[in-house]
Amino acid sequence: MKGVVHPAEPARAGASERPGPFTTISGRPIERLYTAADVAGLDYAREIGHPGEFPYVRGIHPTGYRGKLWTMRQFAGYGTPEETNQRYKDLVAAGGTGLSVAFDLPTLMGRDPDHPLSLGEVGKCGVSIASLADMERLFDGIALADITTSMTINSPAPMIFAMYLVVAERQGADWQTISGTIQNDILKEFIAQKEYIFPPRPSMRLITDIFGFCAKEVPRWNTISVSGYHIREAGSTALQELAFTLRDGLEYVQYGVDAGLDVDDFVPRISFFFNSHSDFFEEIAKYRAARKLWADAMRNRFGARSPRSWQLRFHTQTAGVSLTAQQPYNNVVRTALQALAAVLGGTNSLHTNSLDEALALPTKETATIALRTQQILAHESGVANVVDPLGGSYFVEALTREMEEGALRYWETIDRMGGMVEAIEIGYPQKEIAEASYQFQQAVERREKTIVGVNDFVQADEKPIAILYIDDTTAERQLARLAELKRTRDNDRVQRALGGLRQAARGRDNTMPPLLECVRAYATVGEMCDALREVWGEYEETPVI
Amino acid sequence: MSRKIRVVIAKPGLDGHDRGAKVIARALRDAGMEVIYTGLRQTPEQIVSAALQEDADVIGLSILSGAHMHICPRVVELLKEKGLDDVQVVVGGIIPDQDVPRLNALGITGIFIPGTPMQAIVDFITGHARARV
Repeated sequence: MKGVVHPAEPARAGASERPGPFTTISGRPIERLYTAADVAGLDYAREIGHPGEFPYVRGIHPTGYRGKLWTMRQFAGYGTPEETNQRYKDLVAAGGTGLSVAFDLPTLMGRDPDHPLSLGEVGKCGVSIASLADMERLFDGIALADITTSMTINSPAPMIFAMYLVVAERQGADWQTISGTIQNDILKEFIAQKEYIFPPRPSMRLITDIFGFCAKEVPRWNTISVSGYHIREAGSTALQELAFTLRDGLEYVQYGVDAGLDVDDFVPRISFFFNSHSDFFEEIAKYRAARKLWADAMRNRFGARSPRSWQLRFHTQTAGVSLTAQQPYNNVVRTALQALAAVLGGTNSLHTNSLDEALALPTKETATIALRTQQILAHESGVANVVDPLGGSYFVEALTREMEEGALRYWETIDRMGGMVEAIEIGYPQKEIAEASYQFQQAVERREKTIVGVNDFVQADEKPIAILYIDDTTAERQLARLAELKRTRDNDRVQRALGGLRQAARGRDNTMPPLLECVRAYATVGEMCDALREVWGEYEETPVI
Repeated sequence: MSRKIRVVIAKPGLDGHDRGAKVIARALRDAGMEVIYTGLRQTPEQIVSAALQEDADVIGLSILSGAHMHICPRVVELLKEKGLDDVQVVVGGIIPDQDVPRLNALGITGIFIPGTPMQAIVDFITGHARARV
């Protein structure tokens, strides 16, 4: 495109425009028209590249979805392990191609079902997993050698991962060949989702322990899914999601390097997880810019030599926060458009939300519609026939470039603070997000931003839809099981194993081997986290409004 | 002399999704109220204790995790024990329709689901917190 300059078409005399403002959902102004002049400075070969070529703006695979469709990975979990196990079997039977585990809040926070703070939370937002016994029930009849599993778990990621490895081992699956993902991204917990337990620095050590362990023992496992999803859900702009998430990624790489690991030994197993929000082109530009930013940073900042280190792979979930409780069937349409943006941006895997998720966890029926949405995109729309069909669009290329430049400016600010851990400690990304979320809400209140069915096109007398209602029988059942487990296991072995974990945490030994021993002894998630709480303490944030 | 309405915004339970709590805290402050945000993971005991110390007129609970039918009754019960029955409790978050009558029976009538305009929340609180001011 270089050298081809067309002046922008002058506005036609007398042609009027709606009052506007013409901005993205993130508040970025959009011009009336983009022309060759907007991309005149771009060098195609060097700055965009063909699909499968550095810097991978157009995708990491030369054949795109003609080679392999994205993985349709539907996040699911609720109630007891048995109930969730049945949901997984239903999803696989319906054509889902990967599992994705949602844990309940006690599990996510490293608390057993019998802890006072778990009151009313057991099995509500996900499945309740307290010990290896629950994990065995969760994957009963599902061959871990043949399926990939993504687990959304962060602070207790090492404990849950150790449980998964022991279940795989008992099924006879080889750690050298099994694959899947643990989210394991603590930085975005401090920034956005707030499911942290330990302070930032010991939390980072647990992560580098997993990098080191997996490089040898579980080489195909994706050790971290650096997540922008939650940053966006907390109210960030698209640009903040891009900038903070990738800067988190750089932080993990730096900590890995500082722990003595070779970049090309662990970076290829780092993956990403983005949101797909409602502003169609802004999202597509975000994904395209992400690939370039990562490729450049890995090659130039960290000296990675392997193309696999340069290639950013990512999962996408449509924006939960965009779903409305009002006129919930409209959410099917929102989700379809968001899913299309993710696909046109080259996502490697995708979760589509269900229409009822502003009201409750999805029912089996609504979860099926969400999966069908992806299947319609993949098999009916034709978009999977061609790689990066929007490449070369004046608008999309210009927006991609702008996103990249904006992210680099954020990186400079964070680098000046000393890094992302330091930026988090002074509340910088937290403040940026809180401000953006308030600005957006104000724009909605003023009706500058329209949300159909909420602040415009409102419908009186809506009929309620049937939702999934999780009662308290899950909690009762999980509590009874936990009590039984504590009676029947070898409690001396549990105590010895927990002692070994504390010792590793105090010193520098990798924490994964003692965690595996704790798991085999049927120590609970709460007991393992408590052992580490004793050594490292708990993190408390200063809230930023 | 009238004083500003004092509101304690609290995040009970284990959930860390605080976007709504923070946006509401700021909106109420911009509407001229005194707002105290407790931060995350507060037990009902801590919340009621904050309301007592802060001489609150209103407690706003933000709950998205499904634990509201455990937390709300406990907060109301503790308020009664402390003689704070006149503190208005409002709830925002993901509250299924079928739980609304039971919350109403506890005296909780300000129940705000996703998509509620901030002005509606401001108006409700202004209209219901007058008794203590």
